[in-house]
Amino acid sequence: MITLAADIGWGTVLAIKTVIVLGMIPVGAIVLGYVFLLKMMAHMQSRLGPMDPGGFHGWFQLVGDGIKFLQKEDIMPEQADRRVFAMAPAVVVISTFLVFIVIPAGPDLIVRDLDVGVFYALAVSSLSVIGVLMAGWASANKFALLGALRAAAQLIAYELPLLLAVVGVVVQAGTMSLQGIVEVQRDSAIFGFDGLGNPFILTQFIGFALFLVAAQAELTQTPFDMPVAESELVSGYMVEYTGFRFLFFFIGEFGTAFAFAGLAATLFLGGWGIPGVDSAALGNVLGPVALFTKLMAVAFLMFWVRFTYPRLREDQLQAVAWKYLIPIGLANILLTGFFKVAF
Amino acid sequence: MTEPTLLPGATPRLDPRDMRHLADAQVNVELDTGDMILNLGPQHPATHGTLRLVVRLDGERVIAADPVIGYMHRGYEKLTEVRSYPQITTLINRIDWLSSFANEVPFIHAAEQLMGIEAPPRAQYIRTILTELSRIATFVLFLGEMGLQVGALTPAFYGFRDREHVLNLIESATGGRFHPNFNRIGGLKDDLPWGWVNETRSTMKLVLDGCDVFDRLVAGNEIFEARTRGVGIIPGALGASYGVSGSNLRASGVDWDLRRDGKPYLVYPELDFKVWTHPDGDSFARYWVRLQETRESVRMVVQMLDQMPEGPIMAKVPRIIKVPAGEAWVETENPLGQMGYYVVSKGAIGPFRVKIRSASFSNVSILPWLLRGVYVPDVITILGSLYFILGDIDR
Repeated sequence: MITLAADIGWGTVLAIKTVIVLGMIPVGAIVLGYVFLLKMMAHMQSRLGPMDPGGFHGWFQLVGDGIKFLQKEDIMPEQADRRVFAMAPAVVVISTFLVFIVIPAGPDLIVRDLDVGVFYALAVSSLSVIGVLMAGWASANKFALLGALRAAAQLIAYELPLLLAVVGVVVQAGTMSLQGIVEVQRDSAIFGFDGLGNPFILTQFIGFALFLVAAQAELTQTPFDMPVAESELVSGYMVEYTGFRFLFFFIGEFGTAFAFAGLAATLFLGGWGIPGVDSAALGNVLGPVALFTKLMAVAFLMFWVRFTYPRLREDQLQAVAWKYLIPIGLANILLTGFFKVAF
Repeated sequence: MTEPTLLPGATPRLDPRDMRHLADAQVNVELDTGDMILNLGPQHPATHGTLRLVVRLDGERVIAADPVIGYMHRGYEKLTEVRSYPQITTLINRIDWLSSFANEVPFIHAAEQLMGIEAPPRAQYIRTILTELSRIATFVLFLGEMGLQVGALTPAFYGFRDREHVLNLIESATGGRFHPNFNRIGGLKDDLPWGWVNETRSTMKLVLDGCDVFDRLVAGNEIFEARTRGVGIIPGALGASYGVSGSNLRASGVDWDLRRDGKPYLVYPELDFKVWTHPDGDSFARYWVRLQETRESVRMVVQMLDQMPEGPIMAKVPRIIKVPAGEAWVETENPLGQMGYYVVSKGAIGPFRVKIRSASFSNVSILPWLLRGVYVPDVITILGSLYFILGDIDR
């Protein structure tokens, strides 16, 4: 890959990387949307879901839906702030796009291995709240405004437990680079047994649970879906969006879920690393498969909760973050620090 | 945009909620935020049809709420005056469309009472069974849908699935899945089909299993409890003074059920059943009471299947039904609450006037009192837990 890059030039490589990462968002959204939203939810609810489009269990349904959205009329509310209204979905998708830049899928399969990768990923992932606020404000709709303000309050509150959950991993790994974290997990051992490497979920299980809960809130999924709450705010900040712009929000939602599941898999489950596979070439081939498998396992947990639980009220939701998650996160860091010094 | 009028001249009451709001106002003098008027409905998923709720909000807190009804008014009371008695059951099927069969019963009773005839025992039994089945269908849907109102998607599908089992039974007996139109003055249209009794027994087991699922999946869920406990408390005496009835009132600790306490009708006096109450009066209590009542109804259906006598299903009635002049008032315990028909006859083939007392109309009349001071998400919880049908409000 590196020699290849030397042959075809810097600009071309950048273009290829951009296309791949841009492609990851809709592909991730379609995979998660199909497997979990259409199929898993349907079977949990004792129904089949779409069965006909594409032949095999309706796999083409979401692509068809996407095409349908493209054909729809682009409706904008009369009193909307037109430019902000149009930009908001893009801002949401861009924040997802930026997260994918630092998630490694193999020794060389990474756009940019930043030294502060974890920090960067969490920082850009919360950019989406700006898009949400823009959408809610520009829609000139009271439901949208309520939804956007709820989203802003919620995303700010849950940013903290998300960070605190990851600090434990960073302390244990001794690096903030995602590539470095994967390698540490692959190369270390559990009490001398190195067959599994040492995925941080074994030592950072509190952090993992915290991360999942906070990620669920960042994704505004049940039980933290007060901002979109379709039974009261109808769809919150997205209520005025139709057609292609709505498709952007939809892709953004599931693309972000894909990204967060990928982050969780990388931080806690060893990412692309397969213990015992040290050759870079093999890692580049098998790494994406390993990452995808782990990612889907994490996403399954997320969506399982999403389709089962009712939602918390706004004040209860804040109480969960400030009264429980943050103290637990701090205690976890303390504990990790203690063990780091002791062993 | 003109502002909709809110709460026309409500009588001043000394209510702790008012005091709390006054106290808040004192504190927030410097941070005075403008009120926002939010229109929930008439097209809104939580309103079971076309209820419009004008809510005045301070942030997320409701200051005043005003239900606007009438978007679904179909003029049934007037329409009954130009129909003959057998034709009217078609109309009243559509008042509370979730439990259509139960609607027919009080009207047919009123007509039979005026004519001085009584349906044979087997017909009475079948009527009671179908009434209880429609109660089960209504409540099972509620048990699932209440999950949806507080944000859980999956229970709603279980509710629809279990209701479908019961609707299949009603359809196989009456021919109508939603609107049976099965009652006749003096009896029923047909006897039960072959094999129906055994089918009902096995379906009742399914419904009981479904109730267990709801008990664990919804009522046993911590988040559901947090969302519903202490939300929308109706004090028993106040609820009764607003005319709230049925499970909503029993959930406030008022031990009153027309099947047991009212004028005897159908075969309820021969049945052994328990009237469930809950002391709390909040949304969770309403859910719990309906859950127990569904189970109780299942037990009643099984009892009736055991006791059902053989015999004719129609009494002797004249070919052209003319109801003698007179007035009759019959009220029954319908799934949504107390439902009554006041029928005035002048001796013609149709009634002179029919006044319909429907449960949901009185049940939502408490909303302005109940919604003051709660948060927006709780509005939906309360609307869901009161469980009204717009057809039953507007008629």
